[in-house]
Amino acid sequence: MNGKVFDIQRYSIHDGRGIRTIVFLKGCTMSCRWCSNPESQSFETQEMIVNNQTRVVGKDMTVEEVMDIVEKDRAYYRRTKGGLTLSGGECLNQPEFSKALIMAAKQNGISTAIESMAAVKYDKIEAILPYLDQFLMDIKHIDSQKHKLYTGIGNELILENARKVAQSNMTELSIRIPVIPNFNDHPDEIKSIACFAKDIGNVSCIHLLPYHRLGQDKYDGLGRKYLMADILPPSSEKMKELKSIVEVTCDIECKIGG
Amino acid sequence: MKKYNTTVEPKSERITRLVDRMFKDMPEVESYRAVLLTESYKQTEDEPAVLRRAKAFAHVLENIPVVIREEELIVGSNSTKPRGCQTYPEYSNKWLEAEFDTLATRSADPFYISEESKKALSESHKYWDGKTVSELALSLMAPETIRSMDHNIFTVGNYLYGGVGHVTVNYGEVLAIGYNGIIQKTKDAIAKCDISEKDYPEKRAFYDAVITSCEGVITYANRHAKLAREEAERCQDETRKKELLQIATNCENVPANGAKNFYEACQSFWFVQQLMQVESSGHSISPGRFDQYMYPYYEKDIKEGKINRAFAQELIDSLWVKLNDLTKCRDLGGAEGFAGYGAFQNLIVGGQTPDGVDATNDLSFMCIQASHNVFLPQPSLSMRVWNGTPDDLMVAASGLTKTGIGLPAFYNDEVIIPALMSRGLTLQDARDYNIIGCVEPQKGGKTEGWHDSAFFNMCRPLELVFSNGMDNGVLVGKQTGEINSFKTFDEFYNAYKTQMDYQISLMINSNNAIDKAHSTRGLNPFQSCMIEDCIGRGKTVQEGGAIYNFTGPQGFGIANMADSLYSVQKLVFEQNKITLEQFKKVLELNYGYGVNEEAAKNISAEDKQLCENVKKWIDELPKFGNDLDEVDMLARDVAYVFTKPVEKYKNPRGGTFQAGLYPVSANVPLGGQTGATPDGRLAFTPVADGVSPSAGKDTAGPTAAANSVSKMDHFIASNGTLFNQKFHPTALDGQSGIDNFIGLIRVFFEKKGSHIQFNVVDRDTLRDAQEHPDKYKQLVVRVAGYSAIFVTLSKSLQEDIINRTELTF
Repeated sequence: MNGKVFDIQRYSIHDGRGIRTIVFLKGCTMSCRWCSNPESQSFETQEMIVNNQTRVVGKDMTVEEVMDIVEKDRAYYRRTKGGLTLSGGECLNQPEFSKALIMAAKQNGISTAIESMAAVKYDKIEAILPYLDQFLMDIKHIDSQKHKLYTGIGNELILENARKVAQSNMTELSIRIPVIPNFNDHPDEIKSIACFAKDIGNVSCIHLLPYHRLGQDKYDGLGRKYLMADILPPSSEKMKELKSIVEVTCDIECKIGG
Repeated sequence: MKKYNTTVEPKSERITRLVDRMFKDMPEVESYRAVLLTESYKQTEDEPAVLRRAKAFAHVLENIPVVIREEELIVGSNSTKPRGCQTYPEYSNKWLEAEFDTLATRSADPFYISEESKKALSESHKYWDGKTVSELALSLMAPETIRSMDHNIFTVGNYLYGGVGHVTVNYGEVLAIGYNGIIQKTKDAIAKCDISEKDYPEKRAFYDAVITSCEGVITYANRHAKLAREEAERCQDETRKKELLQIATNCENVPANGAKNFYEACQSFWFVQQLMQVESSGHSISPGRFDQYMYPYYEKDIKEGKINRAFAQELIDSLWVKLNDLTKCRDLGGAEGFAGYGAFQNLIVGGQTPDGVDATNDLSFMCIQASHNVFLPQPSLSMRVWNGTPDDLMVAASGLTKTGIGLPAFYNDEVIIPALMSRGLTLQDARDYNIIGCVEPQKGGKTEGWHDSAFFNMCRPLELVFSNGMDNGVLVGKQTGEINSFKTFDEFYNAYKTQMDYQISLMINSNNAIDKAHSTRGLNPFQSCMIEDCIGRGKTVQEGGAIYNFTGPQGFGIANMADSLYSVQKLVFEQNKITLEQFKKVLELNYGYGVNEEAAKNISAEDKQLCENVKKWIDELPKFGNDLDEVDMLARDVAYVFTKPVEKYKNPRGGTFQAGLYPVSANVPLGGQTGATPDGRLAFTPVADGVSPSAGKDTAGPTAAANSVSKMDHFIASNGTLFNQKFHPTALDGQSGIDNFIGLIRVFFEKKGSHIQFNVVDRDTLRDAQEHPDKYKQLVVRVAGYSAIFVTLSKSLQEDIINRTELTF
């Protein structure tokens, strides 16, 4: 089976437990303004200029080809409780390929995680839950209208799926909130997400990921305009303040960063 | 109960002041030793060489000015001013004379030297013309050996111009019985000798030399005791007065006798460490397993309540300061190859006892803490890691790594112990190994390892393949055939092996000639009395007195060679994109950049295009360091082209050669003498360091690079291998950062890597990366939730990261 991959990154240590290999699948149905991987959004292979050189982004790979690379760091996973993480784009937009990778890893004794917005039909999620150790789910805003304005879609399906995943109790669920100035960095906005996490139960950790501008150059490379050029990353004081709001609100472990 | 106490003892204010004072002035070259040594030699012309050495050593110790630096607790200094050094004209002097006027202004390790000292040294040097180790060594070498050295195929400057050093003596024995004990042992050996035996005259001279040397050392300590009493007399400050009187009491007992407590043990240790560096100019005099031989004194004092942990820490910190007070003035080439004034005094913690039990104790942690407290490059702190190393020691070591100091270096018992046994060490001795200098393992107190005997540039013989043995119009190598005569990759590779074999044999000749010269003119009876079985055999280590004898030359440029061979294999013999002749042309044209500006102008457009194409094809090929078997296994194989021939050879001390794969910092200057190589490396740029991938060519991250390096055979390179990794400080953030870091080391060692050390990049490095992006192509900066290759980011984003980097500390 083939899937479209736009990057495989070994020795990732900020996205899930331990030393991990992240497989980035191409294509996403959302278009968040702050997206740091804009080359991940299209489902098609495309060209991007990096350092004045044209780079082809997106490669068709088989499950075996991906797993050959994932296997190379198996000894490191074992030592550090790491493993495979699927990310994107939105990995669940290639549901069959994602499931095949997660199953292949699990069958070979490699721990599994996905990083996802969960904006897909629940049966796609349900299909992989039996093989999934960690679900790192992005929740960006509780207000659907604002969500739609900044990401291109409403959040109803996301929140519903979050609740179902939590209730299934089949995987360890973490909520990841990208903290974006002028979008969701008001204490009340973070608080409402924390309340939601408390309400659905079974959330093991909430991560606050400070906005960064590291994807900015890629927009130029794709010939796109970066809409957030004026936005500065939140200060560390601000992040600490939001962290304490989460902790007070829901009594769930909260970390700044992955 | 826990086996050890890991409580952190912070730095005392005294240590801050000692460090500050030490760095106030530029280090200075002093003439005392050279003048006194020469004075003595002039009076002993007709005596045995070994006794002349001892008498000169004792004469220096009886007369060289002694100083007690302000506030110090441990005394004994090689120079009257901090970080100064003495000179060693008996090894070589011409370079110093020639560099008198540039010493203070050179870029690598400048030293001040006064006009008065220059005059005194010049006067002494007159005596040494024609009498030095260096001159004898050169006269013993074959002409073709000297020719290859002139053409920079390999260099042996280390031992050709100075003492050998590179040794760990039996510190424990001096701490236990003192030099009076060693004198007694020597007298017992004399008494056991049969006066009529054929070797008696030489043996007797050696024994007399040992006794003379030890007496000189005792006198030297007593001079410090006397000075301390005099200074105490004059001292107005009651606290310092007491300290000075304590120093006097210490020096009256040690190193003459066994140490009675931890403080005396520290002082005794220091005299041993310091005075070996007065006897000879050899560097890498390595304290070795300090946490093991010092522990009984510490444990006893703590148990009896005679010392508190804070003062014990201050004493260790004081020793760390002293280790930085010793410097070595090398010739310009040497200073570039060993940049940083360092005396490479390697001190190692952790590992196993000779019986195979984990050796971690309180002092293992306190040594790591001392490097935190003093925060200077000496000692070169190392740590032994085995499957049974406790994680809390790993955590303490990682905390030091995280500071960016580049210490400790980690060594793998699971490779080094079997590797040493394959060289003839017993299991118990192999388990008791420590590291010398940079990365070289030996059993301290029993070995003359001659580690670091030569730097062998593995790229140069490849150039000789392309030129049919010629270099700058001179036949330096073998005539392996015109470049277009090779019909297969194997023929080409075999020609390289032929060139290598020949140059290796010349390097061996060079090493053995120098070895012979040291055994004639560079005898060290003082050092020898602390190495088994010199007293038993009645001879110095230079003459084969040690139990284990090796010579360890090191090859470097493995990554360049692996990538080069792969380029030739693919582009010439598999893809048929170019001929070897065209490749030769491209290398001569330095990929279109020319070997200098003038040459660059004369390259035709057609040739320029060819160069450009070839460079592009090379860049597209996989490179060593990315966990790709087809290149990595070539690296493993080409390393054997150096390590296997080397181990066939014997040295004059009755030992064998063993190869290492590491460059110190010589990969930069020696790369500067190397033309373009088929891996795309431009002429005169640095070659790869140690077994690490070429800079910027490992793009798949630290685990991939570690996997590639671990595919090499680290066992056969028993003189040591060196693997450097760079990290951003955030990679070690928090508990999970440390856990992952430890995981990386443990897995690299499971896969049988031998050594790994880390540069945690700081703000300055990131600034440098902004200016020189080519040097840092692989530098991954990991910021929460995202990773990026630093140099691919725009300037403004780089600034963001640099600012973040500061925050993470």
